[in-house]
Amino acid sequence: MQLESMYQDIILDHYRNPHHKGLRDPFDAEVHHVNPVCGDEVTLRVTLKDVGGEAVVEDVSYDSLGCSISQASVSVMSDLVIGKPVGEAMTISQAFLELMQSKGEGRRVEPDEDVLEDAVAFAGVSKYPARIKCALLGWMAWKDATARAMEETQ
Amino acid sequence: MSAYPEHLDVEAVRADFPALARKVRNDKPLIYLDSGATSQKPVQVLDAERSCYELHNGAAHRGTHLLGEEATDVYEGARAKVAAFLGADTGEIVFTKNATEAINLVAYALSGAHRAGRLQVRPGDEILITEMEHHANLVPWQQLCERTGATLRWLSVTPEGRLDLDHLDSMITGRTRIVAVTHQSNVTGTIPPVAEIARAAHEKGALVLADAAQSVPHQPVDVAALGVDFLAFSAHKMLGPYGIGVLFGRAELLEAMPPFLTGGSMIEVVRMEGSTFLPPPQRFEPGVPAVAQAAGLAAAIDYLNALGMGNVAAHEESLTAHALDELREINRVRILGPDTTKDRGGAVSFEVGGVHPHDVGQVLDELGIAVRTGHHCAWPLHRALGVQASTRASFYVYNTHEEVAALADGIRYAQRFFGTG
Repeated sequence: MQLESMYQDIILDHYRNPHHKGLRDPFDAEVHHVNPVCGDEVTLRVTLKDVGGEAVVEDVSYDSLGCSISQASVSVMSDLVIGKPVGEAMTISQAFLELMQSKGEGRRVEPDEDVLEDAVAFAGVSKYPARIKCALLGWMAWKDATARAMEETQ
Repeated sequence: MSAYPEHLDVEAVRADFPALARKVRNDKPLIYLDSGATSQKPVQVLDAERSCYELHNGAAHRGTHLLGEEATDVYEGARAKVAAFLGADTGEIVFTKNATEAINLVAYALSGAHRAGRLQVRPGDEILITEMEHHANLVPWQQLCERTGATLRWLSVTPEGRLDLDHLDSMITGRTRIVAVTHQSNVTGTIPPVAEIARAAHEKGALVLADAAQSVPHQPVDVAALGVDFLAFSAHKMLGPYGIGVLFGRAELLEAMPPFLTGGSMIEVVRMEGSTFLPPPQRFEPGVPAVAQAAGLAAAIDYLNALGMGNVAAHEESLTAHALDELREINRVRILGPDTTKDRGGAVSFEVGGVHPHDVGQVLDELGIAVRTGHHCAWPLHRALGVQASTRASFYVYNTHEEVAALADGIRYAQRFFGTG
């Protein structure tokens, strides 16, 4: 069975006990993203702060409905980006996107755990094309909200 | 399994379907419970399509060569077969790409500017649909209303997943131009009383369209007995090929309707200043006809006729009864829609408490069981039933009671895997 390789303990833990969940004020931008195939949805808010002229992710808060993969992914994502400069967080986001597009090869070509941390647990998801959108839902919402927040704060 | 009656020689049927012999994930045999999305195809259909390409591959309705004549015979023969299958006249059968295109054809024809004549939908008119519809019988009507200024109204569903017909008489008004309703829900399997709805609609002068994508493959359908003006379905859900569907339309209505898609094959005379069009059904079939697909559909109808549509329906009822019995016994499983097989077809959607449908589907897939997960293109119905998404098992002629039992075991396995069982 390959189920365990997809549903790693890290994923199930985040699914059962999501981090940073719940919408919080104040925020700089809010987006609502939907996966039209299954109806999974996330409302996500981003708050940025200026640290010495650099935009830093101060908070990510969200409310979401969906499967274990989409729920765990948004939780792991919020852990990874909160407190990071936006540029660095975007690099992590890009690394995650590449992992998802690796069609399972991430399991042979080791994903960079220093960059992705807990998010490497999603490597198994990339073998299932139908589930990649689940894993990316929160990340895409975060990228969209952050881009809007950058415009707002400029 | 003797508790559930047998109506088909399922082992013999299964031998006709190459896909059912293959192995899927983890080298498991395929348990295909997604025929509501698309059915598997028997060799008889594949052979018919192939032999059409090998022997009769010419463009139908044009040219003077033998292959073109044979292709025309194949195509028109398929039309006659579909007509007989539905109890319609041959001229009342329009080939389309699928059920979705068939419904769009009607919706566009009714908004075809002044050309639609007495059928023209105008501002202030009403279109009546239901909350139970597949998006294919919902969005085209929303769009029709946007184009014409008509108002979209809908019948709601009861918590049991039946149509709420208490207000049928007041929902159909003198302004209602067409009532579009599913003949079998693709989510709950509910079979609404289409004949009763058609009578009520006709009393007020409204037309009636039945979305039969989930009924024609699974039960005997007679358009005269149903009393509908239009009926739409797709070949690929009834053992046939992709890319061909059917619109039945009453002859006098098709005659009065302007074309939808236009181009070659559907014209009478073309001048630079304007064109005139052929009578139905050719008026609605522009482009080179999908002859091989029509041959495949005809072979699918032959296959179903040989089984007997009454037997097909009885077989699915037996599987559905079994599935409802099994699911009822599993903790935290909620069946969406009717709890009995009365006026209910073989689509069984359910919620597994604490396990998202995507995750249920993933676990079942690991066991070789193919189901549908999500909102099944019926988002408003899911909202009405108070769920975000669901898992659906749907049955057909080749499914067995052992497969129903395997589905129940798979659900329990998913519950254990996610720690909710």
